[in-house]
Amino acid sequence: MSLYLKFTYTEKKDTRSGFGDGFLEAGRKNPNVVGLCADLIGSLKMGAFQKEFPERFFQTGIAEANMIGISAGLAIGGKIPFAGTFANFATGRVYDQIRQSVAYSNKNVKICASHAGLTLGEDGATHQILEDLGMMKMLPHMTVINPCDYNQTKAATLAIAEYEGPVYLRFGRPSWPIFTPADQKFEIGKAWKMIDGKDVTIFATGHMVWEANVAEAMLREEGISAEVINIHTIKPLDEEAILESVKKTGCAVSAEEHQINGGLGDAIAQTLARNNPAPLEYVGVNDSFGESGTPTALLDKYGLNAANIVKAAKKALKRK
Amino acid sequence: MEKQSIEQLQKICTQLRRDVLRMVHAVQSGHPGAPLGCAEFFVALYFDQLRHNPDFKMDGKGEDIFFLSNGHLSAGWYSVLARSGYFPVEELKTFRKINSRLQGHPATHEHLPGIRVASGSLGQGLSVALGVAQAKKLDKDDHLVYILMGDGELQEGQVWEAAMYAAHFGVDNLIATVDYNGQQIDGPTTEVMDLKNLKAKWEAFGWEVIETKKGNDLSSVLEGLEKAKSLTGKGKPVMNLLYTEMGYGVDFMVGTHKWHGSPPSDEQLADALGQLEETLGDY
Repeated sequence: MSLYLKFTYTEKKDTRSGFGDGFLEAGRKNPNVVGLCADLIGSLKMGAFQKEFPERFFQTGIAEANMIGISAGLAIGGKIPFAGTFANFATGRVYDQIRQSVAYSNKNVKICASHAGLTLGEDGATHQILEDLGMMKMLPHMTVINPCDYNQTKAATLAIAEYEGPVYLRFGRPSWPIFTPADQKFEIGKAWKMIDGKDVTIFATGHMVWEANVAEAMLREEGISAEVINIHTIKPLDEEAILESVKKTGCAVSAEEHQINGGLGDAIAQTLARNNPAPLEYVGVNDSFGESGTPTALLDKYGLNAANIVKAAKKALKRK
Repeated sequence: MEKQSIEQLQKICTQLRRDVLRMVHAVQSGHPGAPLGCAEFFVALYFDQLRHNPDFKMDGKGEDIFFLSNGHLSAGWYSVLARSGYFPVEELKTFRKINSRLQGHPATHEHLPGIRVASGSLGQGLSVALGVAQAKKLDKDDHLVYILMGDGELQEGQVWEAAMYAAHFGVDNLIATVDYNGQQIDGPTTEVMDLKNLKAKWEAFGWEVIETKKGNDLSSVLEGLEKAKSLTGKGKPVMNLLYTEMGYGVDFMVGTHKWHGSPPSDEQLADALGQLEETLGDY
C-alpha cells in the first residue's frame, strides 16, 4: 500500500542536531547565551558552540545537580544558560535543584534534555525516561517544549533563547524524518494545526507527530478525516486550539513518547473535562518502564506508532 | 556605606539577636539557634565588608553579593538586610505570616530586596554562587561573591560537586564561609555524621582554607573576612571555616542543638531579651 502523505521528507536527522545547530546560532546572535554540559557534549551536539565560544562554555563533569545550580547563578548574573544532558539526568536526578533554584526562583535557565523516551534504544530503561514531561509540567513557572523534528527543534532552540524564564526543552537521539519547514517561526505555547480534518483530532507531540501524519493518511484511505495538531509546547498548553478542534471533531487521540500518566494526554483530558467532555484515547506508555532494543522495535512493542494511533482513533470515533 | 566602629557593630549584633528572638517567638516557629551564632558574621559582612547597594538589583553587577545557602537562618538574614536598608525594619514583624515577603525560608517570588535565589533545601547555594561568580568573570566585574553554608549542610553531596568545580575553574572571586557550630537538628555533627577534618577536606579539593577560631568575636570575624579577601584573585576559591556557637548571646540557648528549630516561650523570651540590650530600637 502506498500512502499519500500530507507531509513528506527527503532527509532524516536527529532532533538533538537541531538543538546543537540552534544553540550555536543563538550563541552567535546573543553574547549572553552560555552553555553547560555534564560530560555529554558530543551526545548533545554542543561541541560546535564550545569550540567557537570556549569562554562561554562550562564542562561541569558528571555532576548534574551542580550544573543546575551553576546555571541558576549564571542566570542571576544576566547570562542565558543552556544546560544540556540526557533527559533522565536533566529531570528526575535533579528535580529538587530545578524546583528550588530554577523554577521557584524563576531563573532564566534552559534545561536541554536529549535522549528522551524509548527511542534512545539499546541503552535500556535506566536511560529511557518516560516521566520527564510530567515532572516538568507540574513545576510552576516552567515552560515545557517537545518539538517533532530537526527543523522544529532548531527553531524552538532559537525561540527559547529569546524568551525570559525557565524552560525544559526535550529532544532525542534517533534519526527522524524532517517534515516541517526550515524557515518556520516557532511560537511558544501556540499549537500548530498541520492537517485539517473533521471526524477525529490527533494531538501529537515530539517524534509522534510524524506517526500522526502517517496515521492521518491511513485513516483517510478508510474514509476517516483526521485533524492533526502538533502540540510542541506542553506547557503552557494551547487550550483554545484544543477546544476549537474537538468542538468540530467531537473526539480525540493523544500521542506521545511518554507515560500516559502525567503526559500530554493527561493535560488534554483536563482541558476537555473542564470545558467540553469528549471521548479521548491515549497513545503512550502504559505504566511501565522501557527496555533495550532498536528504536523502531521499541515503538512497535509499546504501541507508539501510526497503526496504533489509527486503532485509537477508531475507538474514539465509536465512543462519540 | 560609612565604616562603623567595633562598638557600633557590636550594638547591631545585639539588636540582630533581639530581632531574631522576637521574630521567631511571635510566630512560635523558625530557627533561632544558628542565626544567633552567626550575628557577628552577618553584621561584619553587611556593615563592613560588602561593597553593596541596598537599592537592590537582581543581577548584582558592579557590587559584592551574598548568598545564604542554609536558608533556615532566614530570621538573621532578614534582620541584617532590614537594618542595612534593604527594606523597612517594620516589615520584620511579618516574618512567616500569611502574605509576607519574609517567607520561612528565603524566596524570590515575593521580590524581597536582597534575596536572589530561594534556599532552604540544603546543598544548593554554593553552586548558585559559583555561577554568579563566573558571570562576574565573563563581565570583567571584579566584585566578590560571598556565601554562607551550614556545617551539617556539608553532608549533602552537591556541595562537593561544587567544591570540585570551583577549584577546577579557579573561581577565585568567591569566599565561602561555613558556620562551623558542630550542631544539627538531630544532635552534634560528630554523632549524626562526622565531618572529620574539614580543613583537610577543602584543601584536598583545591581550596585556600582559613580558620576563624573565634566566630563570635567581632574583631576576629572581621580579621578573618579581611584575610579571606586578601586571598581572592589568586587562582583558588577561598573557604573560611567560622567556628561559632549555636545560640550565642543567650545563656540557656548556647552550645546546644536544642534551639535549632524551637521558638522560645514568653518567659524564655523575656529572660533572653533581658540579656540583650535594645540598641537600635526594636521593630
